[in-house]
Amino acid sequence: MRHIISLLVENESGALSRISGLFSARGYNIESLTVATTEDPTLSRMTIVTSGSDRIIEQINKQLNKLVDVVKLQDFTEGNFIEREMMFVKVKAQGEAQRSEVKRLSDIFRARIIDVTDTTFCIELTGSGDKLDAYINSLHETNVIEVVRSGSMGILRGEKALTL
Amino acid sequence: MELSGSEIIIQFLKDEGVKHLFGYPGGAVLHIYDALHQQDDLQHILVRHEQGATHAADGYARATGKPGVCLVTSGPGATNAVTGIATAYMDSIPLVVITGQVPSHAIGSDAFQEVDAVGVTRACVKHNFLVKDLNKLAETLKKAFFVATSGRPGPVVVDIPKDITAPHIKIPYVYPEKVEMRSYNPNLKGHPRQIKRAVDLLLSAKRPMIYTGGGVIMSEAANELREFVRKLGYPITQTLMGLGAFPGTDPQFIGMLGMHGTYESNMAMHECDVLIAIGARFDDRITGVTSTFCPYAQVIHIDIDPASISKTVNADIPIVGDVKDVLSAMNVLLDKPELPIDKSALEAWWNKIKSWQSQNSYAYENKPGLIQPQAAVEELYKVTGGDAYITSDVGQHQMYAAQFYPFDEPRRWINSGGLGTMGFGLPAAMGVKLAFPDKDVACVTGEGSIQMCIQELSTCLQYDTPVKIINLNNRYLGMVRQWQEFFYEKRYSHVYMDSLPDFVKLAEAYGHVGIRVEDPKDLHDAMKEAFALKDRTVFLDIMTDREANVYPMISSGKAHNEMDLSPLQQKIQADMKARGETV
Ligand SMILES: Cc1ncc(C[n+]2csc(CCOP(=O)(O)OP(=O)(O)O)c2C)c(N)n1
Ligand SMILES: [Mg+2]
Repeated sequence: MRHIISLLVENESGALSRISGLFSARGYNIESLTVATTEDPTLSRMTIVTSGSDRIIEQINKQLNKLVDVVKLQDFTEGNFIEREMMFVKVKAQGEAQRSEVKRLSDIFRARIIDVTDTTFCIELTGSGDKLDAYINSLHETNVIEVVRSGSMGILRGEKALTL
Repeated sequence: MELSGSEIIIQFLKDEGVKHLFGYPGGAVLHIYDALHQQDDLQHILVRHEQGATHAADGYARATGKPGVCLVTSGPGATNAVTGIATAYMDSIPLVVITGQVPSHAIGSDAFQEVDAVGVTRACVKHNFLVKDLNKLAETLKKAFFVATSGRPGPVVVDIPKDITAPHIKIPYVYPEKVEMRSYNPNLKGHPRQIKRAVDLLLSAKRPMIYTGGGVIMSEAANELREFVRKLGYPITQTLMGLGAFPGTDPQFIGMLGMHGTYESNMAMHECDVLIAIGARFDDRITGVTSTFCPYAQVIHIDIDPASISKTVNADIPIVGDVKDVLSAMNVLLDKPELPIDKSALEAWWNKIKSWQSQNSYAYENKPGLIQPQAAVEELYKVTGGDAYITSDVGQHQMYAAQFYPFDEPRRWINSGGLGTMGFGLPAAMGVKLAFPDKDVACVTGEGSIQMCIQELSTCLQYDTPVKIINLNNRYLGMVRQWQEFFYEKRYSHVYMDSLPDFVKLAEAYGHVGIRVEDPKDLHDAMKEAFALKDRTVFLDIMTDREANVYPMISSGKAHNEMDLSPLQQKIQADMKARGETV
């Protein structure tokens, strides 16, 4: 099953490689991993999307917790949380018909065109992974030049928070 | 007090109570070695290879319970230390390994003797640090000792660039008494409700089994364990790493378990209805295939490392905590004049175990004129009164030592269980002897293993660590040969130790005593002589039966109740069956 795990990690140079090294050494999947510093510059916030049997997921959580650089961790999967991913897509946009088609699709998905040339659009879209997939699928494959996805970020709903 | 980085390292180690530092110099640690030269409180032991430094520090740590400390240079110094670091990691041994690093400004430039020590060791340390700021040096060292020795212990590497240790840059130093790490605080106390549940389950057992490991020794919980086991009157088995926590000669101890454990232990594991695992991690050499492991048992598991619980075998009652704390709490609950134990069920269970014991699964056959390796270990036991510190290498000799030298005290049996590192035994023995100069220390080894760190014989002379090397010389990489005999139709591929050195002459060349034993008749006297030479390192080169095998054995893919018995034991079993006895 797919799990989304959120971590607070010491903002140390080795922390990221310890975490990614754990996944490769033990043969766990990483679907995506995002990381950036928080409002507290000594802490990074990381979101890992992974998958595996219940036993593997339990091990992943425990092994992550065991890393000295990991301050706090929560597997969001069981709880109530919001998940979003951001994506840039560069598409061919040549001629009136094609340009308006791309624009129409972007409106439907509430995507934003953030860069324009005579022959291309660059589009920004935020949403669940499914929504981003759906958007890409709606474009003609041959028109897609480049896709950049951030990987998922998650946050708990309501008053609960993963903080120190 | 204003000190340079090098002086801070030395002063810190003294303040931390470190007495011995195992190391080897080189460019990146020259400043530190210069500071070492100017003091004599901290004894530096110059090994002959950095692997030896890590194993010696490791042996020292296993025997004393205190962290072992090493100092090596950058690049090849650090990489040579990796095997020893990984060895300590697999067995959860507290080590602090200081590695020199090229100067900060040169890091990343492929400088001379640069290796990313933090990167290289990441997969085999509990944690590691690169010191980037002299002002953080003392605090980082304190963190290293704290992490190495607390929770589930393990090795910690501290990589220190040369400029941090420069003699002319001095800063104020105060010994950091304590460190706080918000990201690291191991849980010690087990959950009281889980403890209560576990005790209730234990008391309800009809066929209980206590299975303990190295965690008991690590946690200094031997006394608590003894009280616990005696209160219950249940059978106990110990892993290779756990030997000695409960006395090996006590009738409640039914032998080691696992691949080369006793028949009775493994059968009892298979048939028990309640299993309590204490500071043991269900290693694959213990469980065999997990699908057929303890098929009838409800499992209680006490471990300080949550990640060890339900990793390979599901725990019905997990208890995360320090073994010593948890067992103390359990002993309080068991402190009643009369425990509600089903006595007749327990008696029937013990009877069953006794019938398995009558199989005498370690029995071996004596062959005229040939020294059986088991007999050599038995002789070692007799001559040392069972009171020696025994280190070992890896192979058949290691299993014979574990089987035939019952340990009555913890920390006496010192071997590389998890990583199985050949070359461990001699440097480890050296480390033990430094810690306990008045005790007998012997290294049970094989002619293959001993050659992996033989150079440390030179260190033994320099630092006057008179250890006894009991070389069970079968002229084979015996354990590998055994597997080739059993599983590869005797195709002995590259296991024959040809062109062996004359170990007697070799020992003499290193300034020690060498004694060769070829005839079983001479074994006793030679062993006596070796230990009578109190202040000499003695290399006892014992020519053993080449074809001897370690029995019994659980082959891979087999369950605990499917042990292979030796030809002799198979005959015993057949005879017992013929007499209508249960086996
Ligand atoms: C460093 C290392 N390399 C290889 C092995 C694999 N190995 C395990 S036992 C063994 C043979 C050991 O031979 P010896 O020391 O003579 O002991 P014996 O089994 O003959 O008693 C080997 C090669 C190992 N454990 N460690
Ligand atoms: Mg051999």
